[in-house]
Amino acid sequence: MIKKILSGGYLVLLLIMLYAPIAIIAIFSFTESKVLGNWTGFSTELYTSLFSGGVRYSLVDALQNTFIIATVAAVVSTLLGTIAAIGIHDLRYGKRRAINFVNNIPILNPDIITGISLFLLFVSLGISQGYMTVILAHIAFCTPYVVLSIMPRLVQMNPNIYEAALDLGATPMQAMRRIIIPEIRPGMISGFILAFTLSIDDFAVTIFTNGTDGLQTLSTYIYADARKGGLTPELRALSTIILIVVVVLLIIVNYRAARQAKRAEEQQKQVTIKNRVRR
Amino acid sequence: MNSLVKYFSRRRTWSIPYVIFLAIFVVVPLILIMVYAFQSNDGGFSLANFEKFINQPEAANTFIYSIGIALITTIICIILGYPAAYILSRAQLSTARLVVMLFILPMWINVLVRTLATVALFDFMRLPLGEGALIFGMVYNFLPFMIYPIYNVLQKMDHSLIEAAEDLGATPRQVFTRVVFPLSMPGIVSGIMMVFMPTISTFAISELLTMNNIKLFGTTIQENINNGMWHYGAALSLIMLIIIGITSLFTDSSSEDGGNEGLL
Repeated sequence: MIKKILSGGYLVLLLIMLYAPIAIIAIFSFTESKVLGNWTGFSTELYTSLFSGGVRYSLVDALQNTFIIATVAAVVSTLLGTIAAIGIHDLRYGKRRAINFVNNIPILNPDIITGISLFLLFVSLGISQGYMTVILAHIAFCTPYVVLSIMPRLVQMNPNIYEAALDLGATPMQAMRRIIIPEIRPGMISGFILAFTLSIDDFAVTIFTNGTDGLQTLSTYIYADARKGGLTPELRALSTIILIVVVVLLIIVNYRAARQAKRAEEQQKQVTIKNRVRR
Repeated sequence: MNSLVKYFSRRRTWSIPYVIFLAIFVVVPLILIMVYAFQSNDGGFSLANFEKFINQPEAANTFIYSIGIALITTIICIILGYPAAYILSRAQLSTARLVVMLFILPMWINVLVRTLATVALFDFMRLPLGEGALIFGMVYNFLPFMIYPIYNVLQKMDHSLIEAAEDLGATPRQVFTRVVFPLSMPGIVSGIMMVFMPTISTFAISELLTMNNIKLFGTTIQENINNGMWHYGAALSLIMLIIIGITSLFTDSSSEDGGNEGLL
Protein backbone atom coordinates (compact mmCIF):
# COMPACT_ATOMS: atom_id res chain seq x y z
CA MET A 1 0.00 0.00 0.00
CA ILE A 2 2.76 2.40 1.01
CA LYS A 3 4.64 1.32 -2.11
CA LYS A 4 1.65 2.20 -4.24
CA ILE A 5 1.32 5.67 -2.73
CA LEU A 6 5.05 6.29 -3.09
CA SER A 7 5.16 5.25 -6.72
CA GLY A 8 2.02 7.20 -7.53
CA GLY A 9 3.48 10.20 -5.76
CA TYR A 10 6.67 9.93 -7.79
CA LEU A 11 4.74 10.03 -11.07
CA VAL A 12 2.70 13.00 -9.87
CA LEU A 13 5.91 14.80 -8.90
CA LEU A 14 7.43 14.24 -12.34
CA LEU A 15 4.24 15.42 -14.01
CA ILE A 16 4.22 18.55 -11.85
CA MET A 17 7.80 19.25 -12.91
CA LEU A 18 6.81 18.75 -16.54
CA TYR A 19 3.73 20.92 -16.37
CA ALA A 20 4.84 23.69 -14.01
CA PRO A 21 6.40 25.87 -16.73
CA ILE A 22 3.40 25.44 -19.00
CA ALA A 23 1.01 26.19 -16.14
CA ILE A 24 2.86 29.41 -15.39
CA ILE A 25 2.55 30.54 -19.00
CA ALA A 26 -1.15 29.69 -19.04
CA ILE A 27 -1.87 31.44 -15.71
CA PHE A 28 0.05 34.56 -16.63
CA SER A 29 -1.71 34.78 -19.96
CA PHE A 30 -4.64 36.16 -17.97
CA THR A 31 -2.86 39.22 -16.71
CA GLU A 32 -1.73 42.28 -18.61
CA SER A 33 1.73 42.70 -17.15
CA LYS A 34 4.57 43.00 -19.64
CA VAL A 35 6.93 40.97 -17.48
CA LEU A 36 6.16 37.33 -16.80
CA GLY A 37 5.74 36.54 -13.13
CA ASN A 38 4.21 39.86 -12.27
CA TRP A 39 0.50 39.50 -11.49
CA THR A 40 -1.37 42.72 -12.12
CA GLY A 41 -4.91 41.44 -11.80
CA PHE A 42 -7.10 39.29 -14.00
CA SER A 43 -7.59 40.45 -17.55
CA THR A 44 -8.21 38.95 -20.96
CA GLU A 45 -6.46 41.89 -22.60
CA LEU A 46 -3.74 39.68 -24.12
CA TYR A 47 -6.33 37.51 -25.85
CA THR A 48 -8.31 40.42 -27.26
CA SER A 49 -5.22 42.22 -28.47
CA LEU A 50 -3.99 39.01 -30.09
CA PHE A 51 -7.11 38.87 -32.23
CA SER A 52 -7.91 42.54 -32.67
CA GLY A 53 -4.60 43.33 -34.33
CA GLY A 54 -3.47 45.38 -31.37
CA VAL A 55 -0.46 43.13 -31.21
CA ARG A 56 2.58 43.87 -33.28
CA TYR A 57 1.75 43.04 -36.86
CA SER A 58 4.77 40.75 -37.20
CA LEU A 59 3.40 38.08 -34.84
CA VAL A 60 0.20 37.69 -36.83
CA ASP A 61 2.31 37.64 -39.95
CA ALA A 62 4.56 34.91 -38.52
CA LEU A 63 1.52 32.88 -37.51
CA GLN A 64 0.12 33.17 -41.01
CA ASN A 65 3.42 32.12 -42.58
CA THR A 66 3.61 29.12 -40.25
CA PHE A 67 0.20 27.87 -41.31
CA ILE A 68 0.69 28.48 -45.02
CA ILE A 69 4.06 26.72 -45.00
CA ALA A 70 2.76 23.82 -42.90
CA THR A 71 -0.31 23.35 -45.11
CA VAL A 72 1.60 23.43 -48.39
CA ALA A 73 4.39 21.22 -47.02
CA ALA A 74 1.95 18.69 -45.54
CA VAL A 75 -0.18 18.47 -48.70
CA VAL A 76 2.79 18.11 -51.05
CA SER A 77 4.67 15.65 -48.85
CA THR A 78 1.54 13.52 -48.40
CA LEU A 79 1.04 13.34 -52.17
CA LEU A 80 4.71 12.74 -52.90
CA GLY A 81 5.03 10.28 -50.03
CA THR A 82 1.96 8.29 -51.11
CA ILE A 83 3.14 7.95 -54.70
CA ALA A 84 6.63 7.10 -53.48
CA ALA A 85 5.44 4.48 -50.98
CA ILE A 86 3.30 2.71 -53.59
CA GLY A 87 6.23 2.72 -55.99
CA ILE A 88 8.81 1.60 -53.44
CA HIS A 89 6.60 -1.22 -52.24
CA ASP A 90 6.51 -2.64 -55.74
CA LEU A 91 10.30 -2.60 -56.13
CA ARG A 92 12.52 -5.61 -55.68
CA TYR A 93 14.12 -6.22 -52.28
CA GLY A 94 17.57 -4.71 -52.92
CA LYS A 95 16.37 -1.43 -54.39
CA ARG A 96 13.65 -1.19 -51.77
CA ARG A 97 16.20 -1.53 -48.99
CA ALA A 98 18.47 1.08 -50.55
CA ILE A 99 15.67 3.64 -50.85
CA ASN A 100 14.44 2.92 -47.33
CA PHE A 101 17.96 3.50 -46.05
CA VAL A 102 18.18 6.94 -47.69
CA ASN A 103 14.62 7.65 -46.54
CA ASN A 104 15.73 7.14 -42.94
CA ILE A 105 18.60 9.62 -43.13
CA PRO A 106 16.56 12.81 -42.62
CA ILE A 107 14.68 11.12 -39.77
CA LEU A 108 17.85 10.15 -37.89
CA ASN A 109 19.81 13.29 -38.74
CA PRO A 110 19.68 16.12 -36.21
CA ASP A 111 17.64 19.09 -37.43
CA ILE A 112 20.66 21.35 -37.43
CA ILE A 113 22.50 19.10 -39.88
CA THR A 114 19.47 18.86 -42.15
CA GLY A 115 19.15 22.64 -41.99
CA ILE A 116 22.79 23.34 -42.77
CA SER A 117 22.96 20.76 -45.55
CA LEU A 118 19.91 22.27 -47.26
CA PHE A 119 21.30 25.75 -46.71
CA LEU A 120 24.48 24.71 -48.52
CA LEU A 121 22.39 23.18 -51.31
CA PHE A 122 20.46 26.41 -51.92
CA VAL A 123 23.61 28.49 -51.65
CA SER A 124 25.52 26.35 -54.16
CA LEU A 125 22.62 26.40 -56.59
CA GLY A 126 22.39 30.14 -56.23
CA ILE A 127 18.73 30.04 -55.19
CA SER A 128 17.78 33.08 -53.17
CA GLN A 129 16.22 31.97 -49.92
CA GLY A 130 12.72 32.78 -48.82
CA TYR A 131 9.25 31.26 -48.87
CA MET A 132 10.10 28.79 -51.62
CA THR A 133 13.22 27.38 -49.94
CA VAL A 134 11.53 27.02 -46.55
CA ILE A 135 8.66 25.10 -48.14
CA LEU A 136 11.06 22.89 -50.12
CA ALA A 137 13.09 22.21 -46.99
CA HIS A 138 9.97 21.32 -45.01
CA ILE A 139 8.80 18.97 -47.75
CA ALA A 140 12.27 17.41 -47.70
CA PHE A 141 12.18 16.50 -44.01
CA CYS A 142 8.43 15.70 -43.79
CA THR A 143 8.06 13.31 -46.75
CA PRO A 144 10.20 10.51 -45.23
CA TYR A 145 7.80 10.41 -42.27
CA VAL A 146 4.82 10.15 -44.63
CA VAL A 147 6.49 7.27 -46.48
CA LEU A 148 7.18 5.56 -43.15
CA SER A 149 3.58 5.86 -42.01
CA ILE A 150 2.15 4.50 -45.29
CA MET A 151 4.59 1.59 -45.77
CA PRO A 152 3.18 -0.74 -43.06
CA ARG A 153 -0.29 -0.41 -44.59
CA LEU A 154 0.99 -1.56 -47.96
CA VAL A 155 2.90 -4.43 -46.39
CA GLN A 156 -0.20 -5.60 -44.52
CA MET A 157 -2.35 -5.40 -47.63
CA ASN A 158 -3.29 -8.60 -49.38
CA PRO A 159 -1.67 -8.29 -52.85
CA ASN A 160 -4.21 -10.68 -54.34
CA ILE A 161 -6.98 -8.10 -54.05
CA TYR A 162 -5.17 -5.78 -56.44
CA GLU A 163 -4.48 -8.64 -58.86
CA ALA A 164 -8.10 -9.73 -58.63
CA ALA A 165 -9.27 -6.24 -59.54
CA LEU A 166 -7.03 -6.30 -62.61
CA ASP A 167 -8.29 -9.77 -63.57
CA LEU A 168 -11.86 -8.54 -63.30
CA GLY A 169 -11.10 -5.86 -65.87
CA ALA A 170 -10.17 -2.83 -63.83
CA THR A 171 -7.49 -0.60 -65.33
CA PRO A 172 -4.42 -0.13 -63.13
CA MET A 173 -5.61 3.40 -62.30
CA GLN A 174 -9.05 2.11 -61.28
CA ALA A 175 -7.48 -0.56 -59.13
CA MET A 176 -5.32 2.11 -57.56
CA ARG A 177 -8.27 4.34 -56.77
CA ARG A 178 -10.67 1.64 -55.64
CA ILE A 179 -8.33 -0.82 -53.92
CA ILE A 180 -5.00 0.60 -52.87
CA ILE A 181 -5.90 4.16 -51.89
CA PRO A 182 -8.76 3.15 -49.54
CA GLU A 183 -6.48 0.57 -47.97
CA ILE A 184 -3.68 3.03 -47.20
CA ARG A 185 -5.88 6.02 -46.35
CA PRO A 186 -5.33 5.79 -42.56
CA GLY A 187 -1.58 5.87 -43.16
CA MET A 188 -1.98 8.88 -45.43
CA ILE A 189 -4.02 10.71 -42.81
CA SER A 190 -1.58 10.05 -40.00
CA GLY A 191 1.30 10.95 -42.33
CA PHE A 192 -0.41 14.23 -43.16
CA ILE A 193 -0.99 15.06 -39.49
CA LEU A 194 2.61 14.16 -38.66
CA ALA A 195 3.97 16.31 -41.51
CA PHE A 196 1.76 19.23 -40.49
CA THR A 197 2.82 19.16 -36.84
CA LEU A 198 6.49 18.63 -37.70
CA SER A 199 6.40 21.62 -40.00
CA ILE A 200 4.64 23.85 -37.45
CA ASP A 201 7.08 22.80 -34.76
CA ASP A 202 10.22 23.16 -36.80
CA PHE A 203 12.81 25.70 -35.86
CA ALA A 204 16.28 24.48 -36.84
CA VAL A 205 15.60 23.82 -40.52
CA THR A 206 13.58 27.01 -40.96
CA ILE A 207 16.21 29.29 -39.47
CA PHE A 208 18.82 28.10 -41.94
CA THR A 209 16.60 28.33 -45.01
CA ASN A 210 14.47 31.45 -44.45
CA GLY A 211 17.00 33.82 -45.97
CA THR A 212 17.64 37.40 -45.01
CA ASP A 213 14.43 39.01 -46.21
CA GLY A 214 12.87 38.68 -42.78
CA LEU A 215 10.56 35.75 -43.44
CA GLN A 216 9.48 34.61 -39.97
CA THR A 217 7.55 31.59 -38.81
CA LEU A 218 6.25 31.30 -35.28
CA SER A 219 9.39 29.57 -33.97
CA THR A 220 11.87 31.93 -35.58
CA TYR A 221 9.75 34.85 -34.40
CA ILE A 222 9.84 33.56 -30.81
CA TYR A 223 13.58 33.05 -31.10
CA ALA A 224 14.24 36.55 -32.41
CA ASP A 225 11.87 37.96 -29.82
CA ALA A 226 13.51 36.15 -26.92
CA ARG A 227 16.97 37.19 -28.04
CA LYS A 228 15.89 40.82 -28.00
CA GLY A 229 15.33 40.27 -24.30
CA GLY A 230 11.59 40.40 -23.80
CA LEU A 231 8.88 38.03 -24.82
CA THR A 232 5.87 39.62 -26.51
CA PRO A 233 3.21 39.22 -23.79
CA GLU A 234 0.66 38.12 -26.38
CA LEU A 235 2.75 34.99 -26.94
CA ARG A 236 1.54 33.72 -23.56
CA ALA A 237 -2.04 33.91 -24.79
CA LEU A 238 -1.07 32.30 -28.08
CA SER A 239 0.80 29.43 -26.38
CA THR A 240 -2.18 28.79 -24.14
CA ILE A 241 -4.50 28.62 -27.14
CA ILE A 242 -2.10 26.26 -28.95
CA LEU A 243 -1.96 24.04 -25.87
CA ILE A 244 -5.75 23.83 -25.65
CA VAL A 245 -6.09 23.07 -29.37
CA VAL A 246 -3.45 20.34 -29.09
CA VAL A 247 -5.16 18.78 -26.06
CA VAL A 248 -8.53 18.74 -27.84
CA LEU A 249 -6.99 17.27 -31.02
CA LEU A 250 -5.16 14.59 -29.04
CA ILE A 251 -8.33 13.61 -27.20
CA ILE A 252 -10.18 13.29 -30.52
CA VAL A 253 -7.38 11.29 -32.14
CA ASN A 254 -7.05 8.98 -29.15
CA TYR A 255 -10.79 8.51 -28.89
CA ARG A 256 -10.93 7.56 -32.57
CA ALA A 257 -7.98 5.21 -32.23
CA ALA A 258 -9.57 3.50 -29.23
CA ARG A 259 -12.84 3.12 -31.10
CA GLN A 260 -11.10 1.69 -34.15
CA ALA A 261 -9.15 -0.76 -32.01
CA LYS A 262 -12.39 -1.88 -30.40
CA ARG A 263 -14.04 -2.32 -33.78
CA ALA A 264 -11.10 -4.32 -35.09
CA GLU A 265 -11.24 -6.51 -32.01
CA GLU A 266 -14.93 -7.17 -32.52
CA GLN A 267 -14.38 -8.03 -36.17
CA GLN A 268 -11.66 -10.42 -35.13
CA LYS A 269 -14.05 -12.03 -32.67
CA GLN A 270 -16.73 -12.42 -35.32
CA VAL A 271 -14.26 -14.01 -37.70
CA THR A 272 -13.15 -16.52 -35.10
CA ILE A 273 -16.78 -17.30 -34.25
CA LYS A 274 -17.55 -17.85 -37.92
CA ASN A 275 -14.56 -20.10 -38.27
CA ARG A 276 -15.68 -22.11 -35.30
CA VAL A 277 -19.20 -22.46 -36.68
CA ARG A 278 -17.78 -23.64 -39.97
CA ARG A 279 -15.84 -26.31 -38.23
CA MET B 1 2.04 5.85 -76.91
CA ASN B 2 0.50 2.71 -75.51
CA SER B 3 3.80 1.55 -74.10
CA LEU B 4 4.24 4.93 -72.42
CA VAL B 5 0.88 4.57 -70.68
CA LYS B 6 1.86 1.09 -69.65
CA TYR B 7 5.17 2.34 -68.32
CA PHE B 8 3.55 4.98 -66.13
CA SER B 9 0.85 2.69 -64.83
CA ARG B 10 3.43 0.26 -63.52
CA ARG B 11 3.63 0.92 -59.83
CA ARG B 12 7.40 0.67 -59.54
CA THR B 13 7.70 3.60 -61.94
CA TRP B 14 6.04 5.69 -59.26
CA SER B 15 9.10 5.49 -57.06
CA ILE B 16 11.18 7.45 -59.59
CA PRO B 17 10.09 11.00 -58.64
CA TYR B 18 10.89 10.30 -55.00
CA VAL B 19 14.27 8.77 -55.83
CA ILE B 20 15.17 11.95 -57.71
CA PHE B 21 13.79 14.03 -54.84
CA LEU B 22 15.84 12.11 -52.26
CA ALA B 23 18.95 12.48 -54.38
CA ILE B 24 18.56 16.25 -54.62
CA PHE B 25 17.38 17.02 -51.10
CA VAL B 26 19.09 14.36 -48.99
CA VAL B 27 22.12 12.85 -50.69
CA VAL B 28 23.52 15.91 -52.48
CA PRO B 29 23.20 18.23 -49.44
CA LEU B 30 25.08 15.74 -47.26
CA ILE B 31 27.82 15.45 -49.88
CA LEU B 32 27.93 19.24 -49.97
CA ILE B 33 28.68 19.33 -46.24
CA MET B 34 31.67 17.10 -46.89
CA VAL B 35 32.79 19.11 -49.90
CA TYR B 36 32.57 22.41 -48.03
CA ALA B 37 34.31 20.94 -44.98
CA PHE B 38 37.37 19.96 -46.99
CA GLN B 39 37.62 23.24 -48.86
CA SER B 40 39.45 26.41 -47.96
CA ASN B 41 37.76 29.73 -48.57
CA ASP B 42 39.27 30.01 -52.05
CA GLY B 43 37.83 26.66 -53.08
CA GLY B 44 40.85 24.35 -53.08
CA PHE B 45 41.11 21.13 -51.10
CA SER B 46 42.45 21.69 -47.60
CA LEU B 47 42.36 20.38 -44.07
CA ALA B 48 42.61 23.92 -42.68
CA ASN B 49 39.11 23.83 -41.18
CA PHE B 50 39.91 20.78 -39.09
CA GLU B 51 43.30 22.16 -38.08
CA LYS B 52 41.51 25.31 -36.97
CA PHE B 53 39.12 23.24 -34.86
CA ILE B 54 41.95 21.43 -33.11
CA ASN B 55 44.12 24.51 -32.63
CA GLN B 56 41.33 26.81 -31.53
CA PRO B 57 40.71 25.94 -27.89
CA GLU B 58 37.37 27.70 -27.79
CA ALA B 59 35.57 25.51 -30.33
CA ALA B 60 37.17 22.30 -29.05
CA ASN B 61 36.27 23.18 -25.46
CA THR B 62 32.68 23.92 -26.45
CA PHE B 63 32.61 20.57 -28.17
CA ILE B 64 33.78 18.66 -25.10
CA TYR B 65 31.52 20.70 -22.82
CA SER B 66 28.51 19.90 -25.04
CA ILE B 67 29.24 16.20 -24.90
CA GLY B 68 29.48 16.49 -21.11
CA ILE B 69 26.14 18.29 -20.86
CA ALA B 70 24.54 15.72 -23.17
CA LEU B 71 25.94 12.86 -21.05
CA ILE B 72 24.72 14.41 -17.78
CA THR B 73 21.29 15.05 -19.31
CA THR B 74 21.09 11.47 -20.55
CA ILE B 75 22.10 10.02 -17.18
CA ILE B 76 19.60 12.17 -15.26
CA CYS B 77 16.92 11.17 -17.75
CA ILE B 78 17.67 7.48 -17.12
CA ILE B 79 17.67 7.94 -13.33
CA LEU B 80 14.38 9.87 -13.38
CA GLY B 81 12.77 8.07 -16.28
CA TYR B 82 13.45 4.42 -15.51
CA PRO B 83 11.48 4.31 -12.24
CA ALA B 84 8.62 6.16 -13.91
CA ALA B 85 8.56 3.70 -16.80
CA TYR B 86 8.77 0.78 -14.36
CA ILE B 87 5.87 2.06 -12.24
CA LEU B 88 3.81 2.66 -15.36
CA SER B 89 4.48 -0.83 -16.68
CA ARG B 90 3.11 -2.27 -13.43
CA ALA B 91 0.02 -0.04 -13.42
CA GLN B 92 -3.33 -0.85 -14.95
CA LEU B 93 -3.15 -0.55 -18.71
CA SER B 94 -5.77 2.19 -19.07
CA THR B 95 -4.18 4.32 -16.32
CA ALA B 96 -0.73 3.75 -17.75
CA ARG B 97 -1.87 4.81 -21.22
CA LEU B 98 -3.34 8.01 -19.83
CA VAL B 99 -0.22 8.88 -17.84
CA VAL B 100 2.06 8.11 -20.79
CA MET B 101 -0.07 10.45 -22.87
CA LEU B 102 0.29 13.11 -20.19
CA PHE B 103 4.05 12.70 -20.38
CA ILE B 104 4.06 13.06 -24.15
CA LEU B 105 1.55 15.91 -24.35
CA PRO B 106 4.02 18.75 -23.63
CA MET B 107 6.06 17.53 -26.61
CA TRP B 108 3.38 18.96 -28.86
CA ILE B 109 4.13 22.48 -27.76
CA ASN B 110 6.86 24.29 -29.63
CA VAL B 111 10.30 23.58 -28.15
CA LEU B 112 11.09 27.28 -27.88
CA VAL B 113 7.83 28.05 -26.09
CA ARG B 114 8.57 25.22 -23.66
CA THR B 115 12.08 26.52 -23.14
CA LEU B 116 10.83 30.04 -22.52
CA ALA B 117 8.33 28.57 -20.07
CA THR B 118 11.27 27.02 -18.22
CA VAL B 119 12.98 30.40 -18.17
CA ALA B 120 9.75 31.85 -16.80
CA LEU B 121 9.65 29.19 -14.08
CA PHE B 122 13.20 29.99 -13.01
CA ASP B 123 12.43 33.71 -13.01
CA PHE B 124 9.26 33.06 -11.05
CA MET B 125 11.10 31.05 -8.40
CA ARG B 126 13.89 33.66 -8.33
CA LEU B 127 16.47 31.08 -9.40
CA PRO B 128 19.48 32.19 -11.43
CA LEU B 129 19.78 31.17 -15.07
CA GLY B 130 22.91 29.26 -15.98
CA GLU B 131 24.21 25.73 -15.96
CA GLY B 132 21.53 24.47 -13.58
CA ALA B 133 18.78 25.97 -15.69
CA LEU B 134 20.40 24.53 -18.82
CA ILE B 135 20.42 20.97 -17.46
CA PHE B 136 16.91 21.31 -16.04
CA GLY B 137 15.68 22.61 -19.38
CA MET B 138 17.33 19.77 -21.29
CA VAL B 139 15.95 17.11 -18.94
CA TYR B 140 12.55 18.78 -19.07
CA ASN B 141 12.59 18.78 -22.87
CA PHE B 142 13.85 15.24 -23.39
CA LEU B 143 12.67 13.15 -20.39
CA PRO B 144 9.56 11.86 -22.21
CA PHE B 145 11.81 10.43 -24.93
CA MET B 146 13.47 8.29 -22.26
CA ILE B 147 10.31 7.17 -20.48
CA TYR B 148 8.42 6.11 -23.58
CA PRO B 149 10.79 3.49 -25.08
CA ILE B 150 11.62 1.97 -21.67
CA TYR B 151 7.93 1.76 -20.82
CA ASN B 152 7.24 0.10 -24.16
CA VAL B 153 9.83 -2.61 -23.60
CA LEU B 154 8.85 -3.23 -19.96
CA GLN B 155 5.21 -3.39 -20.86
CA LYS B 156 5.72 -6.02 -23.57
CA MET B 157 7.98 -8.10 -21.34
CA ASP B 158 6.87 -11.68 -20.82
CA HIS B 159 5.58 -11.71 -17.24
CA SER B 160 6.07 -15.45 -16.86
CA LEU B 161 9.85 -14.87 -16.83
CA ILE B 162 9.47 -12.86 -13.63
CA GLU B 163 7.22 -15.51 -12.13
CA ALA B 164 9.69 -18.20 -13.07
CA ALA B 165 12.50 -16.29 -11.35
CA GLU B 166 10.34 -15.92 -8.26
CA ASP B 167 9.44 -19.60 -8.27
CA LEU B 168 13.10 -20.48 -8.49
CA GLY B 169 13.72 -18.53 -5.30
CA ALA B 170 15.01 -15.16 -6.47
CA THR B 171 14.52 -12.25 -4.10
CA PRO B 172 12.67 -9.23 -5.51
CA ARG B 173 16.00 -7.44 -5.86
CA GLN B 174 17.48 -10.36 -7.77
CA VAL B 175 14.43 -10.54 -10.01
CA PHE B 176 15.00 -6.93 -10.91
CA THR B 177 18.77 -6.97 -11.39
CA ARG B 178 18.97 -10.37 -13.08
CA VAL B 179 15.77 -10.46 -15.14
CA VAL B 180 13.85 -7.21 -15.52
CA PHE B 181 16.75 -4.80 -15.96
CA PRO B 182 18.73 -6.82 -18.53
CA LEU B 183 15.56 -7.44 -20.52
CA SER B 184 14.76 -3.72 -20.56
CA MET B 185 18.17 -2.86 -22.03
CA PRO B 186 16.86 -2.34 -25.60
CA GLY B 187 14.46 0.30 -24.28
CA ILE B 188 17.25 2.07 -22.40
CA VAL B 189 19.43 2.01 -25.50
CA SER B 190 16.79 3.59 -27.71
CA GLY B 191 16.06 6.06 -24.92
CA ILE B 192 19.73 7.02 -24.85
CA MET B 193 19.66 7.54 -28.60
CA MET B 194 16.56 9.68 -28.42
CA VAL B 195 17.96 11.86 -25.61
CA PHE B 196 21.69 12.02 -26.30
CA MET B 197 21.48 12.78 -30.02
CA PRO B 198 19.11 15.75 -29.78
CA THR B 199 20.84 17.20 -26.70
CA ILE B 200 24.20 17.18 -28.43
CA SER B 201 22.82 19.02 -31.44
CA THR B 202 20.59 21.62 -29.78
CA PHE B 203 21.15 25.27 -30.21
CA ALA B 204 18.89 28.17 -29.24
CA ILE B 205 17.70 26.26 -26.15
CA SER B 206 21.04 26.82 -24.43
CA GLU B 207 21.14 30.47 -25.41
CA LEU B 208 17.73 31.13 -23.93
CA LEU B 209 18.33 29.17 -20.74
CA THR B 210 21.66 30.76 -19.90
CA MET B 211 21.10 34.32 -21.13
CA ASN B 212 23.63 33.53 -23.83
CA ASN B 213 26.37 32.86 -21.25
CA ILE B 214 26.98 29.21 -22.03
CA LYS B 215 27.61 28.16 -25.58
CA LEU B 216 26.98 24.65 -26.86
CA PHE B 217 28.44 23.09 -29.97
CA GLY B 218 25.24 23.61 -31.97
CA THR B 219 25.38 27.33 -31.23
CA THR B 220 29.00 27.48 -32.42
CA ILE B 221 28.02 25.84 -35.71
CA GLN B 222 25.07 28.16 -36.17
CA GLU B 223 27.16 31.27 -35.45
CA ASN B 224 29.79 30.26 -38.00
CA ILE B 225 27.20 29.62 -40.69
CA ASN B 226 25.44 32.90 -39.92
CA ASN B 227 28.69 34.82 -40.08
CA GLY B 228 29.45 33.49 -43.53
CA MET B 229 32.10 30.99 -42.38
CA TRP B 230 30.43 28.22 -44.35
CA HIS B 231 33.49 26.06 -44.77
CA TYR B 232 34.37 26.03 -41.09
CA GLY B 233 30.69 25.57 -40.17
CA ALA B 234 30.47 22.61 -42.54
CA ALA B 235 33.59 21.08 -40.97
CA LEU B 236 32.05 21.43 -37.49
CA SER B 237 28.81 19.88 -38.79
CA LEU B 238 30.80 16.97 -40.16
CA ILE B 239 32.41 16.46 -36.74
CA MET B 240 28.95 16.41 -35.16
CA LEU B 241 27.75 13.93 -37.79
CA ILE B 242 30.68 11.65 -36.99
CA ILE B 243 29.87 11.73 -33.25
CA ILE B 244 26.26 10.90 -34.00
CA GLY B 245 27.29 8.15 -36.38
CA ILE B 246 29.49 6.60 -33.69
CA THR B 247 26.69 6.82 -31.12
CA SER B 248 24.20 5.15 -33.40
CA LEU B 249 26.67 2.42 -34.37
CA PHE B 250 27.37 1.78 -30.70
CA THR B 251 23.69 1.65 -29.78
CA ASP B 252 22.77 -0.34 -32.89
CA SER B 253 25.10 -3.20 -32.14
CA SER B 254 23.89 -3.51 -28.57
CA SER B 255 20.22 -3.44 -29.49
CA GLU B 256 20.27 -5.90 -32.35
CA ASP B 257 17.95 -8.31 -30.58
CA GLY B 258 14.77 -6.47 -31.41
CA GLY B 259 15.62 -3.20 -29.70
CA ASN B 260 14.09 -1.18 -32.49
CA GLU B 261 10.66 -2.05 -31.20
CA GLY B 262 11.27 0.39 -28.39
CA LEU B 263 11.57 3.28 -30.80
CA LEU B 264 7.97 3.69 -31.79
